[in-house]
Amino acid sequence: MERNPLRRQLQIMRKSLFDQGYLDEQFVQLEELQDDSNPNFVEEVVTLYYRDSARLILNLEQALERKPYNFNKLDAYMHQFKGSSSSIGAKKVKAESTLFREYCKSGNGEGCMRCFQQLKKEYATLRKKLEAYFQLARQAGPMETACRPK
Amino acid sequence: MEMAVDKTQFHVLAVDDSLIDRKLIERLLKTSSFQVTAVDSGIKALEFLGLNDDDDDEDEQRDSNSESISSDEDQDHQDLGVNLIITDYCMPGMTGYDLLKKIKKSSCFKDIPVVIMSSENIPSRINRCLEDGAEEFFLKPVRLSDVNKLRPHLMKGRSKDIDFPDRTRSGCLISTGN
Repeated sequence: MERNPLRRQLQIMRKSLFDQGYLDEQFVQLEELQDDSNPNFVEEVVTLYYRDSARLILNLEQALERKPYNFNKLDAYMHQFKGSSSSIGAKKVKAESTLFREYCKSGNGEGCMRCFQQLKKEYATLRKKLEAYFQLARQAGPMETACRPK
Repeated sequence: MEMAVDKTQFHVLAVDDSLIDRKLIERLLKTSSFQVTAVDSGIKALEFLGLNDDDDDEDEQRDSNSESISSDEDQDHQDLGVNLIITDYCMPGMTGYDLLKKIKKSSCFKDIPVVIMSSENIPSRINRCLEDGAEEFFLKPVRLSDVNKLRPHLMKGRSKDIDFPDRTRSGCLISTGN
């Protein structure tokens, strides 16, 4: 049982990210690769993900402004987005990207557009939650060494 | 720097156009004590190996302006020390499969084990890669348990002339003078 209140809060936050389906097992894999020699590995990967996602979202937005849709191009961008989302364990975002690709394959432009709006929402939510999580982790970190159990 | 006698350090060349996946595979490999070089394309992988895109070997002699390493070193790829290549399948330009074919066609590098990674579970794709010389096919996201499967492929091809000191039963070193 975690004594430190911030650490406890962090644990609760983390659990809820999994329970609510924002993150999957792959995120745990990332955590397992973090150690004293690479203490910020998870956050580093997630930061790369934000950067990569921003680029892909912009590309998708631009591509969705051109009618008729180039479904191959849309699918190619989403393939990348799906891949990186999968690599960090972003479960809901990955699910939306899978759906988007299905709409591409069936040439359903409306479906693509609707799905993309939903994907952007999911991504924004995930990003907000992860930013809060890492911020709390930073606060909880030093606290742990400062307040040793008696 | 101490040299570990019991742990052979293998050098893996990782190829992936995704920045995130490159970071991930690099960390996975380093965690498993591999030395890693990560590049973002098949072309860069071939450049690193010293293979030109259009021909397998001996073209250094033709092209004096070549920026690749000298032909002497090229003859013996072990100077470069790449013991395994792990590559993503879906990459723009040269796919992982294209890279696999080029490596297997090269007299210098055909014996380097190649592993393919892909986010898509397509049996015909997997079979084709394995039939054309890939040792393993990993589905992404790649995990530590996958990377642990690499060592046997590397040990297989490893030269056997690693020196171990002679020891008596009690564990004392025997020196050549005595």
